Amino acid sequence: MFIRFVYPAHTTRLFHFLQLSSVPVPSLFLSTACLEMEAALGLMRRMPPKHTEPALSALVSLLPAYSSDLLSQVDQPLQVLRDVDSAKEFILCDYNRDADSYRSPWSNKYHPPLEGGLYPSPELRTLEIEANEVFTVYRDQYYEGGTSSVYLWEDDDKEGFLACFLIKKDGSKYAHGVRGYLNEGGWDAIHLIEVGMEVQGMADYCLTSTVMLSMTTDHENSGTFSLSGSIRRQMKSQLSVADGHLCNMGKLIEEIEGKLRYSLDQVYFGKTKEMIWTLRPPTELPSTRLLP
Amino acid sequence: MADEEEHQESELSDNQKIDIAKWFLLNSPPGEIQYVAKDLRSVLSDDNVYRMAASEAFPFYNKTHLISLQFPDRSGDVLVSSFSEISEDEYLDPRTAQVAKVDHVKQMCTDIRPAKDEELPTPYIEEYRCAVDAEVSKYVAEAYPKGLCSVYCVSGKDVEEAGSDFELVVLITATRLSPQNFCNGSWRSIWNIEFMDELQTVEVRGKMQVGAHYFEEGNVQLEAQHECKDSTMFQSPDDSSFSLANIIRHHETEYMTSLETSYSNLPDSTFKDLRRKLPVTRTLFPWHNTMQFSLTRDITKELGIEK
Repeated sequence: MFIRFVYPAHTTRLFHFLQLSSVPVPSLFLSTACLEMEAALGLMRRMPPKHTEPALSALVSLLPAYSSDLLSQVDQPLQVLRDVDSAKEFILCDYNRDADSYRSPWSNKYHPPLEGGLYPSPELRTLEIEANEVFTVYRDQYYEGGTSSVYLWEDDDKEGFLACFLIKKDGSKYAHGVRGYLNEGGWDAIHLIEVGMEVQGMADYCLTSTVMLSMTTDHENSGTFSLSGSIRRQMKSQLSVADGHLCNMGKLIEEIEGKLRYSLDQVYFGKTKEMIWTLRPPTELPSTRLLP
Repeated sequence: MADEEEHQESELSDNQKIDIAKWFLLNSPPGEIQYVAKDLRSVLSDDNVYRMAASEAFPFYNKTHLISLQFPDRSGDVLVSSFSEISEDEYLDPRTAQVAKVDHVKQMCTDIRPAKDEELPTPYIEEYRCAVDAEVSKYVAEAYPKGLCSVYCVSGKDVEEAGSDFELVVLITATRLSPQNFCNGSWRSIWNIEFMDELQTVEVRGKMQVGAHYFEEGNVQLEAQHECKDSTMFQSPDDSSFSLANIIRHHETEYMTSLETSYSNLPDSTFKDLRRKLPVTRTLFPWHNTMQFSLTRDITKELGIEK
């Protein structure tokens, strides 16, 4: 089962034409008992992960009444936009969106321009700037390319704040695949962190991470080989704030990304391999036999 | 709410709903179309739309996935495919010379009848078909714990004697459904075998497709396919079928080896282009010491103007 968020998760351009309300609304009363919603999520667990976008927009059009529930509970591949001021790319999600505009973490400006858009407080913005700078280095060291963005905002209900760390990497040989193995390859990571109020030098961190992955190789003698998948995990931790929130959040992200990568590689891909080996156990090629 | 009004304006037509429903059904992973159908019915809440979509999508899905259905008397199985199709709901089982009546949506064989003469190949062709079937069956029994195969004549079935071209198709399928372990998978291979009389050669074209779905706390799918070509001499039924089974065995075994290689390349090469196991520095990221990454901070630090 997927772990459900209390907050709407990551959404993309569908919002442009759906024009949902501009501020992420906590959907505390998720209608899990609802048959349609359960069935829709059931479908999403079976459709090929590489078709997440068309599958989700089809469900939204079939179940308009549940559009915001669907968009908040199903993760989709991330989209990027170019910041006109800094000429850097930034990632779009529900947390930097206001109406139909998205705030760039680089220039702090909305694209397209928006009057009266929401901004983080000056203190959070300072941390956001630092987080984006540091996360860029982290992303370069692990991903050797790609795009990253970090968004912070106040938690209206509680004393703490929320942070969303996003990474999008196109690892195909036509983009940032430095080794050139992949004809198509994408890794989208979404890390949502709820940071609780500081109590006696400690704070609670609740991290929910999703990785969406797809990769295809194509060789003349082995044909096309395509793996795609999406997994989500949650991690909670109480840490001393002496090292700073960024250090704590960063370590949690690094740990969970390592675990997600390992799970995908060893467990999930391993299971598909096991399945094939069950269907047709590998055998040695018989030595060349003479034709009769 | 304004956005809800907008939704109502853009209400989908029944035809659009049918198209969407078909898309979901046809994208079902191996062996999962019934689960997808059940969820889809709840999402649609419109049985007419569902039935229209199902009646179009199921036959197509069943034929492309080469599903096997047991005869009502459990005496054997029929493979549903475009090669065995006599009519929309009738499929030939050449080995038993029977025609199975199929309910596509229930994925059941409801009846069998003996095949008519005109539905079967001539004795000359049947000798080849039967010999290939026997050799390939031997190979399938060895290589696949739960494999099925069938051989059809798809062109030239009325050829009476040597002197004309004809074409056989070998289908091999293996499916394993293990929903309790959150895992399903299927293997299917299609071998087109053209007997060319003038050149006295047999041209072979193979297409192998593998799919697997693992969905415990996630959704991971594999799709792989490969095509290949080969040829052999046009010989007697026994000799031809012997070398044809060898060709199939050779290419399928070779493909398994290449799948093994694809998997073993994943962790250290293929996957690395998406995300490395460790940073380029080969040590964990220095979160404690991130000041160094911020140039502006460095400068303020060096100039001693930091607060």
